[in-house]
Amino acid sequence: MIGYTPSEMMIVAAARALAGVRTVFVGVGQPNIACNLALRTVAPDLKLIYESGVYEARPARLPLSIGDPTLVSGATLVCSLADLFGLFLQGGRVEVAFLGGAQVDRFGNLNTTVIGEYTRPKARLPGSGGACEIAIHAGRVFIIMPLSRRSFVERLDFVTSPGHLDGRTPRSALGMPGAGPEIVVTDKCVLGFDPESKEMVLKSLHPGVELESVLGEVGWKLRIAPDLRETEPPTSEELRILREELDPQGIYRR
Amino acid sequence: MKQMSMREAIAAFVHDGDTVAIEGFTACICFAAAHEIIRQGRRDLTLCRMTPDLVYDMLVAAGCARKLVCSYIGNPGVGSLHAIRRAVEKGIPAPLELEEYSHFGMVARYTAGAYGLPFFPLRSYQGSDLPRVNPHIRSVESPYGDGTVAVVPPLKPDVTIVHAQRADPEGNTHLWGLLGVQKEAAFAARHVIVVVEEIVPTEVIRSDPNRTMIPGLIVDALVHEPYGAHPSYVQGYYDRDNAFYLRWDEISRDEASTRRWLEEWVYGVPDRAAYVAKMGAEAWERLRPGEAFAYPVNYGRYA
Repeated sequence: MIGYTPSEMMIVAAARALAGVRTVFVGVGQPNIACNLALRTVAPDLKLIYESGVYEARPARLPLSIGDPTLVSGATLVCSLADLFGLFLQGGRVEVAFLGGAQVDRFGNLNTTVIGEYTRPKARLPGSGGACEIAIHAGRVFIIMPLSRRSFVERLDFVTSPGHLDGRTPRSALGMPGAGPEIVVTDKCVLGFDPESKEMVLKSLHPGVELESVLGEVGWKLRIAPDLRETEPPTSEELRILREELDPQGIYRR
Repeated sequence: MKQMSMREAIAAFVHDGDTVAIEGFTACICFAAAHEIIRQGRRDLTLCRMTPDLVYDMLVAAGCARKLVCSYIGNPGVGSLHAIRRAVEKGIPAPLELEEYSHFGMVARYTAGAYGLPFFPLRSYQGSDLPRVNPHIRSVESPYGDGTVAVVPPLKPDVTIVHAQRADPEGNTHLWGLLGVQKEAAFAARHVIVVVEEIVPTEVIRSDPNRTMIPGLIVDALVHEPYGAHPSYVQGYYDRDNAFYLRWDEISRDEASTRRWLEEWVYGVPDRAAYVAKMGAEAWERLRPGEAFAYPVNYGRYA
């Protein structure tokens, strides 16, 4: 049995979810590694779209930010942000997008704006960036964030990016083209959403993770799928690509 | 249009209380202009930028800003912007008003400004709390009967400052790599300052007109300022100084160390040329990228 870190398991699980996907809106950090891993494994035809206006990047080094110049050189297209948000995103060309946040609730709504009151913040976070419209327009949203009680909360301090709203109002009623959050990949487990109630459901536990340790990190009574499984551990090939090609310095695998 | 020094350009076109946009999405962020604004002691500025980045963190730390209009307050790829957080959370050195959009909302605002429209529609903000805290984000009923759509008002900066690879003496500007929202921000502005790595003969610009993002027509001041975008980058000229972006995370955590940095690297140098010399040749060598030329295109000769 090969050893691996919880972050490596999280990246591998996210990459596998991209099987068969054609276009993905990438973020930096772990989603970037996951997309590049998918490109080398389950989704060889995957087209990576970066928020900076780069389409089909072929980064020669690990980009530190979504605006890294290595993303530009060798891409098939680089466009203005008006084109990126207007033609690609609002035009309905993005099949899957990765999002994360400081807080997520049971319906997959995300907060990246503020902890505490908006006008008297305990902590001021970066804000929306493109996340608000990405959450609305991407065909499907994959949430990727480590599991913790501070993040998986009963009630968000601020809704930056809408998921399944209150679980009762259909997204289509508000004119939101995308289907919303589909999975939540964490360092301990993978969650999905119940098709009826739109509530988060525990789907699989990463190998060696106890159910109680997951339930203890979620701020509401988490629903558990009747067919709760164990996540397939990373293969030696996935780990080799991660460690040797994508993140040799181990910045995102710790 | 007039070629001038950065000192002259800032003195002529940036005044206390102005609305200023220094655009450039990760790339081509004109730090040289920001540093000159700090040196000239401008106050009460309304600073507009999608991603305030280190450039506005420095302006806020120096006490130049009254208000921030933006959509992502982070140190890209690193973490928080500590000076802006201090201003927002604790009012240090002065309270900072925040007018916050999403990225697409900011693009739409500049676009409305550039097109001369009263507002710009976009499909965003449904189910988000952003319109609740920003009354400028509104919605209208489609006159064609297909539901409501969000709208944002035009953003028309008093001055937009754009950094690019090269321009001719008339200010016709070639920009490549990430294009951000510079074109819209420039066309929306009352005045435009273009800052370039190189001033080239007009034949160079005319040989590739598709690469011209900003026509000399809308440029008020052209500044030749090599390395003027450091620590951000200029595609093909120098790399992003990622080490500095990481170091700023340390420097800016503390108000005193932020002051000390500004004293040494902004107030302590007369201009960007002195900053470039102070950085040293080794630093620029470290940031020099390899070459990757585009294939030439044939525009054809139609005599």
